[in-house]
Amino acid sequence: MSSTPATAVSDRLSRKLSRNVRERAIELVLFLAASVSVLTTLGIIWILLVESYHFFEHVPLWDFLTDTMWTPLFSEPRYGILPLLLGTVTTSLVALAVAVPLGTVIAIFISEFASPRVREVVKPFLELLGGVPTIVYGYFALTVVSPVLQYFFPSLPGFSMLAAGLVMGIAIVPYISSLSEDAMRAVPMSLREGAYAMGSTRFQTAVRVVLPAAISGVLSAYILGISRAVGETMIVAVAAGMQPNFTMNPAEPAQTISAYIVQVAMGDLPHGSIGYQSIFAAGLSLMVLTLFFNVVGHLIRRRYREAY
Amino acid sequence: MNHQDIAAVRGIIRSNRRWDLFFAAAGFVALLLGVLAFVTLFGQMVLNGWERLNPDFFMSFPSRRAANAGILSAWVGSLLVMLVTAVSAVPLGVAAGVYLEEYAPKNLVTDIIEINVTNLAGVPSIVYGLLALGVFVYAFGFGQSILTAGLTLGLLILPVIIVATRESLRAIPVHVREGAYGCGATQWQVVRDHLVPYSTPGIMTGVIIGLSRAIGETAPIITIGALTFIAFLPASPISDTAPFINFQWLTSGFTVMPIQMFNWTSRPEEAFQQNAAAAGFILVFMTLMMNGLAIWLRYRLRKSISW
Repeated sequence: MSSTPATAVSDRLSRKLSRNVRERAIELVLFLAASVSVLTTLGIIWILLVESYHFFEHVPLWDFLTDTMWTPLFSEPRYGILPLLLGTVTTSLVALAVAVPLGTVIAIFISEFASPRVREVVKPFLELLGGVPTIVYGYFALTVVSPVLQYFFPSLPGFSMLAAGLVMGIAIVPYISSLSEDAMRAVPMSLREGAYAMGSTRFQTAVRVVLPAAISGVLSAYILGISRAVGETMIVAVAAGMQPNFTMNPAEPAQTISAYIVQVAMGDLPHGSIGYQSIFAAGLSLMVLTLFFNVVGHLIRRRYREAY
Repeated sequence: MNHQDIAAVRGIIRSNRRWDLFFAAAGFVALLLGVLAFVTLFGQMVLNGWERLNPDFFMSFPSRRAANAGILSAWVGSLLVMLVTAVSAVPLGVAAGVYLEEYAPKNLVTDIIEINVTNLAGVPSIVYGLLALGVFVYAFGFGQSILTAGLTLGLLILPVIIVATRESLRAIPVHVREGAYGCGATQWQVVRDHLVPYSTPGIMTGVIIGLSRAIGETAPIITIGALTFIAFLPASPISDTAPFINFQWLTSGFTVMPIQMFNWTSRPEEAFQQNAAAAGFILVFMTLMMNGLAIWLRYRLRKSISW
């Protein structure tokens, strides 16, 4: 190396340095891109808290949580979140009553009963079903499901939580079935083989061995279904009616938290008015609700996780 | 074992087999219910909207008279919004996915980002609308524009693209990286020349699924206060004088397909319901095409690549 001119060495070193600097710069850019998601979360929390804070300067928190009337656009406004909350809970319960049994049965069927060829067809089909825009489901609930239900129950109104909830259930089935099926697929073959060797039937293997082994994944699929149902907007906005209603009777029309946000946003509320702030308070309630279910889901996963 | 016991055992076996059959039938019925729901949904829209599906429908603005109303401003709006969404979300999502999978050290910051991406996927879409209303519309002053809508939907589908990128990067075996490093490549060269090109089909699948979700999203766009009656087109992105591209359209008011459909759905007149059916048919057709393309891409990918 002694014959190499000194400048060449320093040249190579400087090239290496610039290369290092460039590498670190690129890493920094990529890191910034990854932190956009954290910024999004912070932005959501910040905007909800700030606008809700202004809202609660006018409305006592206690009234917000206990008043049974939600009439923010009337001349004598009342701000009780309970009617909206009951609407959200009721439609979600109806949806889950449809989606949990259907989704679980479909998941067990695809994972344990169906031949590979059937699975190849059914899984993409379920994905397609999950990709249908929710506004289309809302249209379906209003123009098909409501009239059909009214045919069987003539006293049912044209807008009802029942129709919206049923269709919401159908919309959630793909999520629940595909996640539950993934969890069941992940159960090792040896467990099934053990069960079959003991003389179990398919049904016994599925329900007594595979399902319990996959229960943490299946439960988190349910939790995801719940948070979808709670946050679902367009189906209830179209088909459940738009009046807040303090009831848990699914045969009545009602408004959910998300539908209220849509209703206000469709009007022309000035920035900074109490009506404008009220949708952020409603959004905060929605976030708290979904956060609650996410935490519960996390705890359930930890509690029931089986490691193989 | 005496005769009676054997008979009892046979009885148990028979009853168990019946349960088997019964459950298989139940699973089949559940699937059929899904198929039935989809067929009714699609069939009803086709039957109801068939008369409206003609070229005029695509080339007319919305109107107070249902028979003259069309979706011109809606599909152009959807197209432009999707353009902004794709341009903002794809580079960000791929970069974030590459960082988390290839660069990120195992530490608290990385954990926070990962947990955060998972949780963002579970945030209701209407909450993104509130974020956009507070931040993009008022704090940044973008107004109720195509730019706001596109960025909002971009944030919404970011987790989908990040997860797809990470999964397809993870599927590339380690020896590809080792080979490249062995030849003296830097980390960025490995990423740029090998990992990203090899994972492109997987990333594309995620991008298409994300965009097909974005194109049907209604709630966040309503929340930012998008107008529903738009009888004009945004300024064209391409102009005939230099520099041939203008960005005026970004700040323009707009409407999109799902909002147009929602608008028609919420009117009582039968004629507008027909328009809603026709718009819904086109919307479902577009999302089905996009999802179908994604499924096909993934199928091809699974068949053709063996490391």
